[in-house]
Formats: sequence, C-alpha cells, structure tokens
Amino acid sequence: MQALGFEVLWKGKNFARLMGGLWVALRISLIAVGISLVAGVLMGALMTRKNPVVKALTRLYLETVRIMPQMVLLFLAFFGTTRWFGWNLSGETASVIVFALWGTAEMGDLVRGALESIPRHQYESAAALGLDGKQSFLYVILPQTLRRLLPQVINLVTRMIKTTSLVLMIGVVEMLKVAQQIIEANRMKVPNAAFGVYLTVLVLYFLACWPVSLLAKALEKRWS
Amino acid sequence: MNADVLRSYLPLYKEAALLTVRLGVLGIALAFLIGLVCAAVLYCKIPVLRTVVRAYIELSRNTPLLIQLFFLYYGLPKLGIRTTPEACGVSGLAFLGGGYMAEAFRSGMEAIAPIQLESALSLGMTQTQALSAVILPQALTVSFPALMANVIFLMKETSVFSAVSLMDLMFTAKDLIGLYYNTTESLFLLVVFYLLILLPISLVGSLIERRLRYAGAGL
Amino acid sequence: MGRELLRIEHLHKEFEGKTVLDDLSLTLREGEVAVIVGPSGCGKSTLLRCVNALEPVQGGSIFLDGEEIHADPRKLPQLRQKVGMVFQSYELFPHKSILDNITLAPRMVQKRGREDAEAEALALLERVGLADRAKDYPRQLSGGQKQRVAIVRSLIMHPALMLFDEVTAALDPEMVREVLDVLLDLAKQGRTMLIVTHEMQFARAVADRILFLDDGGIVEEGRPLDFFDHPKTERAQRFLNTFTFETVKE
Repeated sequence: MQALGFEVLWKGKNFARLMGGLWVALRISLIAVGISLVAGVLMGALMTRKNPVVKALTRLYLETVRIMPQMVLLFLAFFGTTRWFGWNLSGETASVIVFALWGTAEMGDLVRGALESIPRHQYESAAALGLDGKQSFLYVILPQTLRRLLPQVINLVTRMIKTTSLVLMIGVVEMLKVAQQIIEANRMKVPNAAFGVYLTVLVLYFLACWPVSLLAKALEKRWS
Repeated sequence: MNADVLRSYLPLYKEAALLTVRLGVLGIALAFLIGLVCAAVLYCKIPVLRTVVRAYIELSRNTPLLIQLFFLYYGLPKLGIRTTPEACGVSGLAFLGGGYMAEAFRSGMEAIAPIQLESALSLGMTQTQALSAVILPQALTVSFPALMANVIFLMKETSVFSAVSLMDLMFTAKDLIGLYYNTTESLFLLVVFYLLILLPISLVGSLIERRLRYAGAGL
Repeated sequence: MGRELLRIEHLHKEFEGKTVLDDLSLTLREGEVAVIVGPSGCGKSTLLRCVNALEPVQGGSIFLDGEEIHADPRKLPQLRQKVGMVFQSYELFPHKSILDNITLAPRMVQKRGREDAEAEALALLERVGLADRAKDYPRQLSGGQKQRVAIVRSLIMHPALMLFDEVTAALDPEMVREVLDVLLDLAKQGRTMLIVTHEMQFARAVADRILFLDDGGIVEEGRPLDFFDHPKTERAQRFLNTFTFETVKE
C-alpha cells in the first residue's frame, strides 16, 4: 500500500482527525436539516395560500435561492454580509445560515407539492364519511402527504450532506481541509498520500450518503 | 458600488463566464451521452454491465463533485495519470452528471409501456431500432423536466471548478475580493453573471416543458 | 388450400412455474383462417405471443415456413417481418403521424424508399377508409380507427401470416363492426390468419377452422358450423352456453 499513500491514515491520530472533519460537515448539515424541516413545513403551508402577495413573495424566495449556486450563496453570506453589516460571522455559522435558507426553500416546495397532490375528492370523501375538518386532515390527508413527502425529504438530506463539502471554500476546517493538512504534513515522506487520502474522503462521503439514499429508495418503492 | 470598479472588472468576469459556459456545456453534453448509454444498458437488462452501471450511478450520485475533483486532480496523478485542470473539470462534471442523466432517461423509458417495444419488435425492428425510433423519442418527452433540472443543477455545480485552479467565476470573485477588497462589486458581478448564464436556461426549459405538456396532453 | 405455413409441435410454456400451454400442437396452411376461442386465461394470447417470439418457450418448437422461430435470436427481426401482429390496445406510436406510423418499419427495416412506402400506405389506408387521416396523430383518432391503422401498419410489411390478439376487446360496441369488416375483407383476399377473439358470430363467419383452447391445450377443433352447433366436448358446450341468456320474464 506504500505506493498508494494509504498508510498516512494510520499514523498518529490522522484517521481520528479525518473523522472529526467528517463530523464537522455532518454537524453543519444536521443543524441545517433540522431548521429546514421545521421552517420548510411552515413555508410549504404558506405557499399553498391563495393570497397573491404571499404567493409571489414565497415564489420569489424559492426561485432566488434555487437559481444561485450554493457556492455563490456561501460567498454572499460569508464575504458579503460581514462587509455590509459589519458583523463577524464564522464560516460555520455562515454555512448553517445558507444551507438552512436553501433547505427551507426546497423543503417548502416539497411540502407544497405533497399538499397539492392530494386530490380534491379525498377531502370530499372524508367529509362524506362525516369527519370534521381536523379529523380529515389528521387521518386522511396527513398520512398520504407524509408518504409522498418522506422519500423526497430524505433525498434532500443526502443533497444537503453532499453540499456541505463546499464549506471548505470559505475556510471551515472539515474533512477535506483536514485531508489537505495531512497530505501537506507528509509531503516528503509519503509523496503519494494525495491518492489514498482523497480516495478515503470520497469513500467516507459515499458511506455517509449512500445508506440514506437507499432508505429513500426503499420507502419510495414501498409506498408508491 | 463604484461604477469604475465594475467597468474595470467586467472583462475579467466575461472571460471567466465564458470558461464556465464552455466547460459546463462540454461536461453536460458528455453526461448526456453517458446517461443515455447507461439507461439503455439498464433498460435492456444486459447482464454484468448492468451491475457495473448500477454501481457507477450510486457512486456518482452519492459523492460530492468537489471531492471527485480533488481525487481526479490531486489523487490520480500519483498513479501517473496526468490531466489538465480543464479536462479534470469536464470529466468530473461528466462523471457526476452521467449518473443523474441515466436515472432521468431510465425512468422515462420505463414509463413507456413494454408493449410499445413489443409492437415495434413485431414489425421486424431490431432492439436498437426499436429503442431509438420508438422508445427513446417518447421517453424524452417524459424525462424532459428531469433532464432540464439536471442541466441547471450541473451548470450550478461548475461553481466548484475553482478548487482545481480553473479561473472560473468563483475563482475570479474570490481573487478580486482578496486582492482589492472591493467585496460588493465583486459579489455583485458574480451574481449578475451567474444569472446571465442560468436564467436563460431555466426560462427556455420551462417554455419547452409547457409546450411538451400541451402536445402530450392527449398521448 | 396451400402448403403448410406454420407448424407448432409440443409447445410447452410456463410463467413462474405455472403451466400456461401444455404439449400444444397445431398446423396452419397458407390461406387458412383459424380462430382460437376459449375462456379467459386459457392461454390464447400467450400462444400468439409465442408464435411471434415475444415470449420465451420452455419446450417444443414453432416452425414458420420451415424455419424454427425460437432457435436463433439474431434471426428474429427477419422472421418477425413475415408475421404481422395486431394488439388489443392498438399500440400505435403516439409521437408519429398515421402515415409515419405505417411507413416507419418498411423504411427502417426493409429499406424501402419514402415515396414507394408512402404510396402503398395511402393505398392501404384508402382500402380501410382512412386515407384522409394520414396526416393526423393517433390521439386524434377513435379506437376503431386506430385499430384499422394498426392493421395497415402490419399489412405493409407483406407478412405471410397475420396474428390478431383480441383486436376488438378494447373497443366501444359501435366500433367493433368497422374493424371486423376489415378482417373479413382480408380473409376474402385469401390471407393466412390466426385470430383470437370473443366475438362468436364473427368467428363463425370468418373461420375455416375453430380451435377451442382450455387449460393450456386444444380441447376441440373443427369447422365452425360443427363446433358452434354441435360441440362434441362437454367443456366446449359449457363455454358456448355462457354466451346465451335464458329469458327470465314471459
């Protein structure tokens, strides 16, 4: 394995440091996912409102956040707002803000889609059975909405985990940064470290995302 | 915002945007091809190959482009495989996009009833003829929204190209911020240029989509 | 009646371990019209699909003009050109106009020129009364019209044998006639046909021979008059009884 540079991983605390970096990335995505789930449900409910002003505003928010690359949003938050508002934002905080804003928009759109996909006659047949508004929402609409929504939400989560790799670019020390440091420190003794270490990072990201997408696929198959 | 600063930055951004578009278009075109071949392999259930394709799709869809690029650009040369930053960016985008395009094509093809294939075969067409003349054209209509979403997604993903020292829009913006501290102007132009690239794609896409939906209403 | 065109020998077909066709043999001569009747799920459609190699078989063999159909998958496109098949659900190609639907295979498979193919397509459309719909798309046609186009699409390949798989089963009652008339016309021209249908009156009119299929095998076969008026087997009698109603009110 000498030639491929995997052995640096077993030197000292290198592997533990790498895992620490993965945790930083996962922590950012977990916090952002948490915020997005709650705010996204509210957002989705807002988006189904008939009020044209509310409709236009939520639409504008969604499209703005959606059309910009997440990297641009990170730059705006990290370089832009610190300049314009004079506050001191750490890279990690900026990342959480950006991913939460983006996640809320995407989540809101999923919730809207799920709510609107329930056909009218489902409400009507619930009413025909004598259920009142609250009951029909709880027992008829909500379960169907959730079934539609859950696989898509889980997919969104994998997308958010993958996107956290970008925070390297605004100076957050996560897995990729740690990898760079390890490779740099061993430049002389293990010249091939870049191969082994980056491949390991790739595999670790895969291991973080793959089980989640498998879960989404399984739920989709079971509930469709 | 300072108009002189904007004016002096403009040529740099134009250059960078052209690079972004050029590499993006190339990578997306390759991703289309890869996706098409992979979807055909899955649709025809070709043994062994289909397992390879499945593994590739999972790998490409479950790893970030940035890490793929780092591996391609810094890792692979250690095995003696040298690449230019441009080739790296394009092949990274094609690798990532191929998996997404394959899924889009596949779901479109599977939405077409198998008996359509059978009726084409029973007219004496070969598998390839039936796929290209009967199944694919119909599948494209079904897949179009997903394919379009992928195009926009991949165009946005090019924003990580700066990591392999390609002088794209992100690179230019970061460079200028670091050098001259004109953060507002640099970021403003960054947003404007990305909008110039992405808005037309998005608008044309939804226009075609609406037309397809109208045409396909009675299918 | 002419020489032997289709020969099926000891055909055996299973779906996931369940036998659908069991030791089935039959021959069809050139110019002969055979109609297959029988209860649903008896394997009629499967039999047709096997003849066109749309289904793999687990035993026995099928010869078309002396050539075994299931022997070599590479020869299939060649062999399938000799067999025309019309499906219950028409299966026109929705993204192509009527004319393109019909000329696609002759141009692509038989490499015929556009003008030649289109001239024959229009002549055939004329014959089924649809010449004025050539430029339309399938979604603009009624079910009966679509089915007539599907028949034309098969005919233009000049098949030696035509297979019809319940071609009127998906149609509204008032459209059944226009499609069956086309089939009767084809029979009059002396075409070789294997027809699966639930229309007993039609079967009686068009068939040279009736094959009664039940439980994966041919239970009874004979001339239409004999079969419909004097069925020999008890199973055929029971089957034919399902088409008659007793008067319940005086």
